[in-house]
Amino acid sequence: MDDLDRRIINTLQEGFPLTARPFAAVAAGLGLDEADLLARLRRLRADNVLTRFGPLFNAEALGGGLTLAAMAVPQERFAAVADLVNAHPEVAHNYAREHRLNMWFVVATERPEQVRPVLEAIAADSGLPVYDMPKLEEFSLSLRFEA
Amino acid sequence: MTTPPFDEIDRRIVLATQEGLPLVPAPYAEVARQVGIDEAELLERLRRMQGDGRIRRIGAVPNHYALGYRFNGMTVWDVPDARARALGRAVGALPFVSHCYLRPRHPPDWPYTLFAMVHGRDRDTALAHVEAIARLLGADDLGHQVLFSSRILKKTGLRLSGGHGA
Repeated sequence: MDDLDRRIINTLQEGFPLTARPFAAVAAGLGLDEADLLARLRRLRADNVLTRFGPLFNAEALGGGLTLAAMAVPQERFAAVADLVNAHPEVAHNYAREHRLNMWFVVATERPEQVRPVLEAIAADSGLPVYDMPKLEEFSLSLRFEA
Repeated sequence: MTTPPFDEIDRRIVLATQEGLPLVPAPYAEVARQVGIDEAELLERLRRMQGDGRIRRIGAVPNHYALGYRFNGMTVWDVPDARARALGRAVGALPFVSHCYLRPRHPPDWPYTLFAMVHGRDRDTALAHVEAIARLLGADDLGHQVLFSSRILKKTGLRLSGGHGA
C-alpha cells in the first residue's frame, strides 16, 4: 500500500458520487484517471484492505433486526463454535475478544422477530449461553479510519 | 409505522448491492440492469434511501487491521442509568470513538451498559483513549473494562436472503 492508496481510501470513506461515472469524478479529484483508480480499487478489494465498497445499509432503517451477542467459549472448543456461529448467514461480523466473554458477533436479519431464533439455535447447538445485547440507543457511528 | 416505504424494487437494489458495487466505470448502470430499472430511477432511489437513513453512506469500508489499527478496544462502562443518555452523547462526541451505544446489562455477569469503540495503531494509544473516556465520566464510571479484539472471525455486509418478499 502506497501514499496514493491511502489517499484513495481516505477519499472514498467520505462518500461516493451518485452519478453515471462516479469513479471518473473521484479519479479527477485525486489527479489520476478512471482506469488507474479502478485497478487500484480492485487490488485493494482482492487484498482485503477494503472489506467492502458500496452502500452501507442501516439494517434497522430497512425494517430488519440487529443485535450484538456474546458467548464465553472454552478455548478448546473455540474454532468449532466459531464455525457453528459463522455458518449462520445472519451473522454479519464475529470477533474474538480477550475476555471471559471471548466471542462477540452481530446478527442482522430481515425482520426483527428473526433474531431470537438465530440466538436460540446457536445456544442449542453449542450448549453455551448466548448473551443478547441489542442496541438501546446509538450515540455515534463515524465508521471512518485514517489510512 | 415509522419504517420508510420499502418496496420490491428497493429490496432488489439491496440484494444487488449488499456485496458491494461493481468496480466498473458505470457501476450504477450495471446495478440498474441487474435490478431491471433504468439508471436514473436507480440513482433516484439510492438518493432517497441515503436521505432517509436506510443507506448510511456509500463508499469504502476499510479493514482497519490492514490499515495498521491492530488495537481495537471495545470499552464497556457501568454508568448510572439516570445519566446514561447524557454520558453516551458526551462519549460519542469524542473524536476517537467510532461507535457508541447503550445496551442492556446482564447482572451479575455483565454490569456494563455504555459501549464505546476505540482504535489505535499501538496499545498505548488505545489505552490513552480509554483513560480519556474515564476522565470524562469521572465519578459516573462505576467500573469499566476494555475488550481488545484478537481476531476477526467473520466480516460481511448486511445480508438479505434472495428467497422471498418481505
